[in-house]
Parts: sequence; structure tokens; C-alpha cells
Amino acid sequence: MTKTLSRRGVLKTGAVAGAGVALPTIFTASSAAAFTNEPTGSTVTLGFNVPQTGPYAEEGLDELRAQELAVQHLNGEGDGGMMNTFSSKALKGNGIMGKQVKYVTGDTQTKSDAARASAKSMIEKDGAVMINGGSSSGVAVAVQGLCQEAGVIFMAGLTHSNDTTGKDKKANGFRHFFNAYMSGAALAPVLAKEYGKDRRAYHLTADYTWGWTQQESMAAATEAMGWETVNNVLTPLASTDFSSYITPVLNSGADVLVLNHYGGNMVNSLTNAVQFGLLDKMVNGKKFEIVVPLYSELMAAGAGENVQGVIGSMNWNWQLQDEGSKAFTKSFGEKYGRPPSNSAHTCYVQTLLYADAVERAGSFNPCAVAEALEDFEFDGMGNGPTTYRGADHQCFKDVLVMRGKENPTNQYDTLEIVEVTPRAQVEYAPDHPMFAGGDLGECNPGA
Amino acid sequence: MLGLDKKDTGLLLVVVVLALFAPFILNLFPTNSGMAFFNGGYPDLMQRFAIFGIFAIGFNILFGLTGYLSFGHAAFLGVGSYAAVWMFKLLNFNILPGLVLSVIAAGLLSVLIGYISLRRSGIYFSILTLAFAQMMYAIAYSDLLGRWLGTTITNGETGLQIYNDDPQILLGNGPNVPHLFGLEMRSKVDLALGPWNFTFPVGYYLCAILLILAFYLSIRIFRSPFGLMLRAIKSNQTRMMYTGLNAKPYTLAAFVISGMYAGLAGGLLAAMDPLAGAERMYWTESGAVVIMTILGGVGTLIGPILGAGTIKYMENIISKMNESLLDSWFAFLPDWLQHAVVWVATWFTGEGWHMTQGLLFMLVIIFLPGGLVEGGQKLTGLFGRKRAQTQTKTEPAE
Amino acid sequence: MDVIIPQILNGLDKGSAYALIALGLTLIFGTLGVVNFAHGALFMIGAFCSVALSKLLSVSYVTEDPTQKDFLGNPLKVETPYVESWFGPEVGGAIIDWSVPLAILFSIPIMIVVGLVMERGLIKHFYKRPHADQILVTFGLAIILQELVRGIYGANPIQTPAPDAFKGSVDFGAAFGFDPNVIIYPYWRMIYFFFSAVVIGGVFAFLQFTTFGMVVRAGMADRATVGLLGINIDRRFTIMFAIAAVVAGWAGVMYAPINAPNYHMGMDFLVLSFVVVVVGGMGSLPGAVAAGFLLGILESFASMTAVKEVLDGIDQIIIYLVAIIILLTRPRGLMGKKGVMED
Repeated sequence: MTKTLSRRGVLKTGAVAGAGVALPTIFTASSAAAFTNEPTGSTVTLGFNVPQTGPYAEEGLDELRAQELAVQHLNGEGDGGMMNTFSSKALKGNGIMGKQVKYVTGDTQTKSDAARASAKSMIEKDGAVMINGGSSSGVAVAVQGLCQEAGVIFMAGLTHSNDTTGKDKKANGFRHFFNAYMSGAALAPVLAKEYGKDRRAYHLTADYTWGWTQQESMAAATEAMGWETVNNVLTPLASTDFSSYITPVLNSGADVLVLNHYGGNMVNSLTNAVQFGLLDKMVNGKKFEIVVPLYSELMAAGAGENVQGVIGSMNWNWQLQDEGSKAFTKSFGEKYGRPPSNSAHTCYVQTLLYADAVERAGSFNPCAVAEALEDFEFDGMGNGPTTYRGADHQCFKDVLVMRGKENPTNQYDTLEIVEVTPRAQVEYAPDHPMFAGGDLGECNPGA
Repeated sequence: MLGLDKKDTGLLLVVVVLALFAPFILNLFPTNSGMAFFNGGYPDLMQRFAIFGIFAIGFNILFGLTGYLSFGHAAFLGVGSYAAVWMFKLLNFNILPGLVLSVIAAGLLSVLIGYISLRRSGIYFSILTLAFAQMMYAIAYSDLLGRWLGTTITNGETGLQIYNDDPQILLGNGPNVPHLFGLEMRSKVDLALGPWNFTFPVGYYLCAILLILAFYLSIRIFRSPFGLMLRAIKSNQTRMMYTGLNAKPYTLAAFVISGMYAGLAGGLLAAMDPLAGAERMYWTESGAVVIMTILGGVGTLIGPILGAGTIKYMENIISKMNESLLDSWFAFLPDWLQHAVVWVATWFTGEGWHMTQGLLFMLVIIFLPGGLVEGGQKLTGLFGRKRAQTQTKTEPAE
Repeated sequence: MDVIIPQILNGLDKGSAYALIALGLTLIFGTLGVVNFAHGALFMIGAFCSVALSKLLSVSYVTEDPTQKDFLGNPLKVETPYVESWFGPEVGGAIIDWSVPLAILFSIPIMIVVGLVMERGLIKHFYKRPHADQILVTFGLAIILQELVRGIYGANPIQTPAPDAFKGSVDFGAAFGFDPNVIIYPYWRMIYFFFSAVVIGGVFAFLQFTTFGMVVRAGMADRATVGLLGINIDRRFTIMFAIAAVVAGWAGVMYAPINAPNYHMGMDFLVLSFVVVVVGGMGSLPGAVAAGFLLGILESFASMTAVKEVLDGIDQIIIYLVAIIILLTRPRGLMGKKGVMED
């Protein structure tokens, strides 16, 4: 084997030497293009970077379904979905700026390293002009940083940590998903209404960035409503059994348990809490309650009947009755036989929004696209009137407060909408202390 | 040449050629052809080949020669990365201080962990190294060290990265991306040759040169009296002790050398992409380098490089095969057959890429006990029986 | 006291799972001398036996209910399990409800077949190979088994509840004079503890008091001599492998209601169970069990707020820290035998 390889090497050397003499102009420094991966042919490539293996795989696969659907709609196939209800009419169903949309996919494995490797291969090898997707804030921040350096647009998928558009915000990155602060702001009034203003909360918090910001936001919002925070216990991400964190809860004098967990952590901690009978107890003369600040359909399905009666928040839900949500749920449901999750909605909407921004900007240049997205106001994509704020690239829209349904009629019917919290109630100033310390920087076109 | 015998010189030349011409070898298919999907000649993947090659070569010095199976080498990779990124944050983006510090930091840590773990042998040693690495992973993932000291050391799960307000006291007007005395790591030259496109990234060539140096050093170690001593430890430590020789300084030296290789690899990862994530220290990464080494051929010189390349290629290429791509590839088949073939293929590609990996591990280890190197030898045996006599052949340590 | 007791219970409960997995792992180490990285996968397959049986029992026929609508506005498809239509909703519902305990029986043939196929088809050929080769080949197998399960059941956790009769918790602190709500413990977790105690006791009794067990123990101590006596030790070792697979499978079956099974749960337990086995000492069954309970209890103690205040994050590293300390003070773990896996 070694022999054949070295022989090939020799052949290649000859070829290069020959080529070098004959065609001295074919060497091009990569700065020839105006910006990274400027599409020159009849197609444009988008990169869909989602977790396909590991704990968030189902979430990632649902994002992928939505992204494929979005590409179909952009290329004029299918029923057009939300393109018909979107307030901006720049998209014609002929691709983006007349170029047919192609896409490549990759596996983030929910690891920053693997996610960056995958995004890099999309940018370096496949010529992707935009990266979209993901299901964790650590990965979102890592890939956002990469896209900033490389000079492409990043449309973060499911990422809920305040840091993504706070401490770690970047000019090339945009977040459609809501964040921990908004969860707290939306949940607190509903919790006060449902459970009273005199409550004592015990927090279990996943010991990583998202968990910390989630806990900070929830504690601040509920304390402002008069609740008291009894204790906050950090739990290792690798935990599979939460019994030893649950047992002290009833002893602590708390009457509400807040589970700042997501994914497998949330499924297990909620299951364990219900197992220990917390929901059947009376403490301080009140019924004990559990709150899960961040819900997702897939995790609620994983937790099964344990979610019944438990309140949490969501970015979007297929049960919304506005025209945009109905159109998306219909075309997604007809294609895949299941309702879309809120991470699917996020990725679908972001793909359309990116395409629309390119059309309006008249260029794929990330700086032009970013300018078109900044302070862009639109409607018809679910969640009512929506703004992409220019100051920190966070999206502002209505937030949903959900509750686990008592008598689900089928496997998708696990949550019900308690309240659609109006956007005004979850807005905050760009320099809010929970988001301080970041620097958007300059938009980078790369090349 | 260079103090090597003829056989080793040949092997070194093979690695040099493979490394320097990787942009051609890995981009065999024209850019617009259907097969271009299988091209691996883009900067990030080539850099990973070289970096993990260095990591595996280093690991092989410990495992291949002494037989001590460390299950915690990812700790040194991670420490190397953190050290390098901290240099970027404090000084500037010149990678030299970062690389130097990453090797030193990993070296110091491996002295500590090695000294303690080498008090035990066999699986007890493996579990000790595993326990140290898992502890360091947990400490990095939740930034426990930073919390104990009241500051930020690893920046937790997000990973350590460079912010605009970092001190960077030497930055001045220098480049804002990793560079070596002004030569930017991410800059590259493209060569269009008919339908082919080849990319020559600066960062990759730096990694490639270091890979060649690392490989050369490993040959020298393998052929030195020190290497012979390590092999003696592997074959019979008790007998060695009876002859009055203390084996521990030798194993510890091998442990530290391989730890420094891992630190260099970690530093290079950060130099190519200035972010250090905690999952670099997770046990699966330690396991990955074990697998790279065994897959390629334990104790052989070139095996670890082949193993590292195979694993990284699969991780980055097969995971990107999605269903619509498969549909387009098999579109020439009748509809029902196309669906059947694509259905089967999806078990092994895209989200099923782990399956292919598991299958490869099993097949290689069942049918090629000596790893890919043995496969290569069998192939050359098949096709070039005559030449096989004079052929440069790799030889397992035992 | 009222803080400590629940943590001891938690520790015993976690320890039961660790001990059961480690016991099977040690059996394979001790009898076959094989490092089995697929042991976590056996645990996972056991848990999915529970999932599979509950799905199997709930196989349903579909009728359309025009009075209700699904999410697309089409008539709702109502699924009725066959067992409910055969035995009536009462009995049928009860059968589905009891699927986890029934899975203990259901899993026996499955785990035996998986164990035999693994040993005869693959591991047999690796007795004489280096441990590193064994690790790689069984790790590859573990990945394949895990991917198969993911392909069939998806990546999301699947709730597999315990029978209604065992749901909820008992406040048994009240019986001993503590305040109410201070020491409560779920029924199923107590059942898990007793179940594993019975299984562990059963395995020990089997090895101690049967001829078969005696031969196996003799074989573990000196395989060559037993072989020279004309005893077919290989066949017995194969059977022991199947038994180890069943033990790991049962640990999984009963674990399903505690935490919803997912396809990577085996890998989550793998590293931990190796640490347990090695801390217990190579080749020692009592050592593995003792280490399982020890680490389970220490892990629970470390998660107490009072302990975490002493050293922030101690619960994340406690197991590894303890493992290092034990291995440095006791060269072969708690009860390890000299010369087993030391080279």
C-alpha cells in the first residue's frame, strides 16, 4: 500500500510542477470574492447543523424535517406554508434571488467541538452561506463565534441561555428563539395567579451556563412577584438519577420546586420528583407544585404522564390558531404525519427569514443580510408581530405559557396553552444586567 | 538518512509525502462531480487528520511500547487547548507561546498523573487515569476550578474563547486571528486545475510539519535503547525488576512524552480554531485515541496516523450523508429498489454514522488483528508479491 | 438524622443498580477474563425489554372517531389495544399496567439468547487476544446494539411506568416517630432494592451451594487444572456468561420505571460500572457488590447541600476521587485478587 501511495504522490508532484509552469494564473488567493462563499452559480447552499446523535437527537431530526420543508417552499414546491402568511412578500418561490436552494446537513453531537467541525466543513467544503440549527446554548455560542470569524450568517436554532444574545452575542448571529429572561417574565405572573404570591421555591439547576442563566432569571422574576427562594442546588449534567437532590426538598419548607433542567435531565428529574410523590403533598397549607421553566414537546412526551398539571414556557406551539401557525402545522403535518415541535418552527422560520432578508437586501453578503434583518418587523410567522432587535440580534415576540395536559387524547397532545404572554411584558433593555458584558462587534463578510 | 535505517527512512518519506500532498490525495474527485462528496481535502478536516495523528502517535509511544493502557489521555489534550487559548487571551494571537505553554502544561500534568497512576498496573492503572480525566472533565465542564478560585478558568460548557475585552497585552496592530509571526493560520491558496479544486491552507501545513517532526521523533524513540527498555517492560516487567532495573522512571518518561504529544495536539486544535471546549476531556475522547491506535495497528509506527485519519474521516464525511443525498445517488434505480436501498443506507449514514463506526471497529479487529497496517500488508502481499521483499514494511513492536 | 436517612436510602438504591451491573461484569471478568465494554448495552437491552413488552401488549387496532379531530382536522384515529378487546378493558388494562414485572420473565429468554450469541459468536474468539482488542470489539458491538435500539425506538426517552399499585411513595418516617414528609420513599425504588438484594443473594447462593457453581469457582481460580480433570469448563463459562447477561438485563428491566429508558443509558452506566468493579477489586464478586453500595451511598451524601457548601461541585467528582483514594491505599481495590488483570 505504501508503495502505491508514494507512486501516486510522485505522479501528483509531476502534475503540479507541470501545471505550475503552464498556468501560473490559476492560483487564487481566497480573498478574490467579495465575501465568504459568494454564490456564483445557479444554486445557493445552506448549512443545517443539528444534533443527530446523542441526547437531543430527536429534537435535531425534527429541526431537519422543518428545514427540508423550508427549502421545498423556497424552491416553489409544496403548498408554500408560511410564505403565504408572511407579511413580507419578497419571496417568490423561485429559490433565493432566482438561485435554487440546496442544503447540506451535519451532526453537532451536542458538542461544541463537533459542531464547529461540522459547521466548518459546510463553510469550507460545501460553500454554505448560512448555518442554521442546534439544540443547546453551548453549541449555539460556539458555532456563532465560528460564523463570526468565517463571515457567514448564523441563525441559532433552539438556544435559550441569556448569553447567546447577551455576553456572547455576535454581529453575524441572530436568535429567533426566546430566552431565559423571557421565560421568567412570562411565567412569573401566571405562577402568581395560579399558585399565589406567598410561595417558597426550591430550585434544582443544571450545572452549566444555560442552567445558571435560567435559574437567575426565574429567581429574579418570581422574587419580584413576592416569592421567596429557599435554596438553589446545582446538579451535574451527567446525572441520571435525581433522587438524592429531590429528597431534601420536602424538608426545606419549600412548597414549589423549580426544575431548571432540559432534555434528559428534565425528563428524569421530573419523573423522580413525581415518583417521590411531591405533587401529592401539602406543605405550608398549600398544595406542592412543580415548575419546568422551559418546555419542549419532545421532552414533554419523554416525561409522559408526569407532566400533567406542570407549568412551563415555550417559544411556539402547533396549537396556536393564527394563520401562520395553522399553515405551517398543516404543511408539516401533511408531509411528516406529526405536528411540528417548537424547535422545528424556529428553524423553519429562520430559513425563510434569512431568504427573505437576502431578497430584500439584494445580496448574499452577510453584512447586507444582517442589515436587512436588524430591526426588521414582520408578522404572519406565528407569535404575532415580531421584531429582530438590532442592538443585540434577539427576536421579540409573544411567549407561551404551557401546562401539561391532564387527559391527553393522543401522543402529541401533551401540553395545553395557558396564556399567550404579550411581547411587551417580556421585553427588556439591551443593556439589562443579565445580558451585560457582551459586544456585538462588527459584521464580518469574511474573505 | 537522519540517523534512520533504510526501512525507517522509507516510512518517514511515506509520511512526508502523505502529509505534504494531502490536499491532492484527499481531493481525488472533481469539484462538481457526484463523488466530490467524498473529498476530504478542506482545511478543517486536513488539520484534524494531522492533529489527531500527533495525538495518536504520542499515545502509541506509551501504549504501543510499554503496554500501559491509559484511559485518560484526553485530559492532556484538553489542558493543552486551555493553555493555548489562555495565551491568546493574555498575550496576543501568535500561536508560538500558546503551543509552547500547552506542551509544558500537559507535561507537568502528566508528571503528576503519571507518577500517581503508575504505582498500579493493568486495569488498575487504566481506571486511575480514567478517574483523573473524568474529574478534570467535570471540573472544566462546570468550571469548578474557576468557582473555587472565584474567577473564570475554563468558561464551563460554552468553552473558553477570546473576547474583545480580553487583555491581549501584545496585540497592538497584529492580526485578530491566530497567526505565526503574522502568517495567518486560516489563510490559504486555492489551485484550480481543470475541474479539480485544491486548497493549500497555511494552518494545515504547520500541523503537517509538526506531524512529520512528531513522527520522526517517535521513530527515534522506537529505535533507541530507551524504546528497547520500554518494550522490555511490556514483555516482562518482573524479570526486568529481577535484573535490578527500576522500570518506573522509564514508564513515567514514556507517559510524560505521550502527554506532551497530547498537549501539543490540544494546543494545535486551539491554534487552528481558538476555542477550548470541555468535552475534549470526556472519556469518549480518551477512548477515541485508544481506538485510533488499535484500529491503525498498536505498536506500529504508521498505524496510529492511519487510525486517526480513518476515524476523523468517518466522523466528518459519513455523518453528512443525508436522505435526500442518498435519494439522488440511487435515483437511477427503479423506485421500489431505490427506496429499499436508501432505507438500508440510512441505518449507516447521517444520524446512523455511529453504526458504521461500530461495524468498522468490529470488522477490523476480527479480521485484521494487527489493525489497518496489517490490512495494508495483506494488500501489498496480494498485489505485489515480488516487490514485497524489498518493500518498506512496518513492523509491530512485538 | 432526618437528612441522612433519606440519603442512605438513595445510596442503597443507586448502589443496587451499580452492584447488579458490576456483579455481571465481574462474573465475565472472573470467568472468561474478558473486558466486556458491551455490558452497559446489556443493561440497556434489559430496560428496552420492558419497553418492548409494554409496546407489544399495547398493540392496537385503529378505529376512526368522527366526533373528534386530530391536529390536521381529520377524524381522530382511536387506538384500542387488542388485549383490552379480548379480555375487556379491566383485565386488559391490568395486563398492560403490569408489563414491567411481566418483562422480568419476558427478558429471560431474550437475555439468554443475546448472551449466548455474544459469547459463542464473538467473545469466544477473543479469549486469547489482548484486553485492548477485547475492549475495541465489544465497544463496537455496544455501539451497534445501541444504534439498533435507536433505529427502532428513537432517541427520546420512553416512559415505562410501574404498575399503578406501586406508584407513589410511602411516608415511613412517620412510623418511626419522625415528622410527616421527612422520610418518604417511592414504593418502586424500595422494590428495586429488594429485587437486587434477592438477585445478588441468588447468584452467590448458586455459586456457593451448587455443584455447577463449585466447578465455576474452581475454574475461576485455576482454569487449566479444572480442564485437566476432564471437566468441560468452557461450556460452564458460556452458561455463566448467559447468567451475567440475564443479571444485567434484569437490572435494566426493573430500572425502566425509575428513569425512562433511552438508547444511550448503557454508555452512561458503562464507565461508572467499570470504576465500581475495579474499586471492588478484580475477580471479587463481594468486592463488586460492596463497591457498588459504597459508591452509591457516597454519591448521595456528596449531593447534600451541607456537603456541597464545603466543596462546591463535590458531587460531580466524588466517585472518581474516592476511586483514586481507594486504589492508592489498597493496591487491588477493596477485595481484589492478586494477579487478575494486573498485567
